[in-house]
Amino acid sequence: MQIDQQKCVACGNCIPVCPMGAIAIDTGLNRAVVNTNECVECYACFRGMSMEKLNPTLVRGIRRLLKIFRLRFDPEPDVCPTSAIIPDELSWPRVVRRAFSDPIVTHESTGVHGRGTEEVKTNDVTHRVGLGEAGYVIEFGRPTVGVWFRDIEKMTRALAGIGIEFEPRNPVTHMMIDRKTGKLRDDILNEKILSAIVEFKTAVENVPVVLRRVDEVSKTLDTVVSVGVSTRCDVEGNSALDGILAEEGFSYVRGKTNLGLGHA
Amino acid sequence: MTNTLHRYGESFDDDYIVFAIPARGINDGNAAEMERRFLEIARKYKPVNMGDASHGGIFRPAKDLNPSVHWSRQERRDFEGVVNSVSGPTTVAVVFDNPDAVVEFVKELKTADLGLSINISGGLDQARECARRAGLERHSVEYSLGFFGQTDRMADRQTLELSTMCGHGMLSFGLVRKLVEWVKQGRRTPEQAAGTMARFCSCGVFNPARACRLMRRQGEKERTPGGRKN
Repeated sequence: MQIDQQKCVACGNCIPVCPMGAIAIDTGLNRAVVNTNECVECYACFRGMSMEKLNPTLVRGIRRLLKIFRLRFDPEPDVCPTSAIIPDELSWPRVVRRAFSDPIVTHESTGVHGRGTEEVKTNDVTHRVGLGEAGYVIEFGRPTVGVWFRDIEKMTRALAGIGIEFEPRNPVTHMMIDRKTGKLRDDILNEKILSAIVEFKTAVENVPVVLRRVDEVSKTLDTVVSVGVSTRCDVEGNSALDGILAEEGFSYVRGKTNLGLGHA
Repeated sequence: MTNTLHRYGESFDDDYIVFAIPARGINDGNAAEMERRFLEIARKYKPVNMGDASHGGIFRPAKDLNPSVHWSRQERRDFEGVVNSVSGPTTVAVVFDNPDAVVEFVKELKTADLGLSINISGGLDQARECARRAGLERHSVEYSLGFFGQTDRMADRQTLELSTMCGHGMLSFGLVRKLVEWVKQGRRTPEQAAGTMARFCSCGVFNPARACRLMRRQGEKERTPGGRKN
């Protein structure tokens, strides 16, 4: 993403909008600028902000006048007055930033919007996670911290080390050059993204081992890791994970409940 | 997509997201038509937000504003636009602030037999209770186990409660802090601040009713002598 320097009036509205804190006012230029190393191409600024198409010279003049009299204008906080936010044309490998950061982009590998697969949301149709099995969604960089692929690789390698088989339709799996070892492509390791999800499944009895390993490795990463685990319920709606998670000391209140209304 | 799984907070009594999703390559043939029906049915039960993963929710940014917006912004809630913009298989979501509406909605979905997978994202106990009241037992369940790793890099509790309502991370900590501060200063109402936040959620799952409650709760705490500040 870039800010058109001819249009920008340095109003600063876009600064707090950026999830990565990648936008700042260059006081020498008196314009907003994007730190391209930190920008993850999520499009939150471009898509989320409303736009006016005012004349930049006129707006700068009014702002200068108000400043002289120390008057404060109280504008709407999510408006770019001169439509100065401009998307870049992205090429490989930078384009993976957008693929993993902009939720509107459909991953070519999965055909699903967002950063993972359908998980257990369609389990009533796909039967991907069966009775006695546990599905995992390990998400990196969220909430709103961001993550480098090199950190994700530390986790995928550690998980591969305990015999995990990664979900083949997951976008991160598609970035692996060796699914047995969890090795990611070298050319993306220094790309930063808003978040990515690693998915796999195991037998339910392996849940404690997996979660302990995830916890250990998470502590070595320069990011936040959000963890979800799922299973198929029995006919009375009971879940085998309730007892296992309680024994492992996890407290949980929130989740997704598939109502079983889907069919082919 | 886990965009509603890891919402942060203590209470989700006014936060229920019901969503419909087809299974790719299995039952996505006429999914768009079924998803539009899902949204039309939902409208009867007065959702506080709804949207689809491709086109956004009922609160949408505008690309052709004029300067009068800074003095008299009209908050348009575009339910019709959400329904009409569903054009292909996607995930559609509806947000409710009370369990009774969820139960009645799910009962009607049962009868409608859309074929799509229907999920409730929210408190697990509350969702199970809603399912039972609608005459269903849950098929599968996914638990949010929360945050691991460098959690000290995350924001304070109130900021997290609000910003994680866009699970894709489109609602930045910075904007939430700014708007909360503006509400405290009386420069915006909680409803106006919630509307601004909701415009950044690109799939319509932000819950403006919960956001207003959270911002009012904070205001009440700070006005109470001796009250704890966060």
